[in-house]
Amino acid sequence: MPAVETAQPLVKIDGISKRIAKRTLLDKVSFSINKGQILTLIGPNGAGKTTLVRCLIGLSQPDSGAVIKAPGLRIGYMPQRLSIDDTLPLTVLRFLQLAEPRRALCLDALEQVDILHLRKRPVQKLSGGETQRMLLARALLRQPNLLVLDEPVQGVDIAGQESLYRLIGQLRDSLGCGVLMVSHDLHLVMAATDEVICLNHHICCQGSPASVSASSEYTALFGVRTALYSHQHDHSHGLDDEVVEAPGRGQGDHA
Amino acid sequence: MPDFVISALLAGVGVALVAGPLGSFVVWRRMAYFGDTLAHASLLGIALALWLSVTPGVAVFAVSLALAMLLVALQQQRLLATDTLLGILAHSTLATGMIAISIIPGARINLEGLLFGNLLAVTSKEVLTIWVTSLIVATLLSVFWNRLLAITVHEDLAQAEGIPVAGIRALLMLALALVIAIAIKVVGVLLITALMVIPAATARRLSSTPEQMAIAASLTAVLSLCAGLWIAWQWDTPVGPSVVIAAAGLFLLSLVKTQQA
Repeated sequence: MPAVETAQPLVKIDGISKRIAKRTLLDKVSFSINKGQILTLIGPNGAGKTTLVRCLIGLSQPDSGAVIKAPGLRIGYMPQRLSIDDTLPLTVLRFLQLAEPRRALCLDALEQVDILHLRKRPVQKLSGGETQRMLLARALLRQPNLLVLDEPVQGVDIAGQESLYRLIGQLRDSLGCGVLMVSHDLHLVMAATDEVICLNHHICCQGSPASVSASSEYTALFGVRTALYSHQHDHSHGLDDEVVEAPGRGQGDHA
Repeated sequence: MPDFVISALLAGVGVALVAGPLGSFVVWRRMAYFGDTLAHASLLGIALALWLSVTPGVAVFAVSLALAMLLVALQQQRLLATDTLLGILAHSTLATGMIAISIIPGARINLEGLLFGNLLAVTSKEVLTIWVTSLIVATLLSVFWNRLLAITVHEDLAQAEGIPVAGIRALLMLALALVIAIAIKVVGVLLITALMVIPAATARRLSSTPEQMAIAASLTAVLSLCAGLWIAWQWDTPVGPSVVIAAAGLFLLSLVKTQQA
């Protein structure tokens, strides 16, 4: 496979703007995503996050500005929601085979997201977290060097969100790919990301999770209550939910 | 068996075979009312054919396609909900078709045959047209099967993975318009959707993959057709409605079967 040069960003978003029905959805947005980087796009509902993602993966075109992709870029896209009619009999494996006919590759992708045991389950019978993992597996089938995940923890409980973010981090490490995540959930995602972009049609602020959550623009958008959730577990939970003291106290043991 | 019954059987089976898989897509994509609208509008196509002296099948196909495009354009305006739009289009085209047919000078039209089918009057030339069309649709569906499924499951995801969604959707409309054009003779414009939707709904309870469901729907439609023809032969009932009754009966049976399982 053609290697993407490390020096060059995977994708460079260069001043894109988009208006739909006289409403400005994106206003001169510029940033870039590098190899091995997890970048999270946060912002209130209707801030243009999904529009930006759609421009990035080519589902819609910006009115002005450009999306410059590195040669050999392969994007694995995970959409925001999946609703499949109950009348369609479709197993998890068959869902993946819609994108990749080779069974072995599909099984491999399911293994990577830890749901190989669910391969014969009808897609309508999956929980929120299992559905997100299945979508992630489908994105992996394209052997991506950039993962674009629109609200990847939507409909997942808190414990599931943590493990999903952990999985995304592991995939970044094992595949060496870049990751662009969209989120309106502010707490957990802060701990799982390298860089945060706060979007409200234009980029309000940008930087490390710590610097963004300290900025006044961020507090103006989200209020003070949503301060940085810094993820430092000093305990874990046993099977009966009792608190178990962890050996490396205060180290942040989920890495 | 008299010749006309054999012709009827051949024609009916030709339509039923593709009504199954196409009906499955109609059910999966929740397009039942859309199919109904195209079917109702086909009466306008027949009127047009009579006015212009062209083959009815061609005119029906053209009207269905034009209507499908009109609907897509109206949907993009977002003025009204899709089911309201379909309600307006279905009934205004049906009414226009009825009036257009009634004022054609000197035409002797069997309106009941158009509305509810007239399978026993099928000619051998029509049987041939039905089979050729049916084979074209079956070929299209099988060649594009995976892509059709992919856009049914998630259009944006399919587009992001490089499938030309608009083209594949248009192909499905084309297949639907073709099947409506050949199904009028069998069950009539008012009952076409029944022949597609009911066997597919029956098949859902018996299948665990999309392919199984499409094949089971095909077989159920063929069985309904044969049973309906037999009912009509035994009790001298109209063929189209008898086929639909048989399909509904099979659906009820499938409910009983799943209750027991």
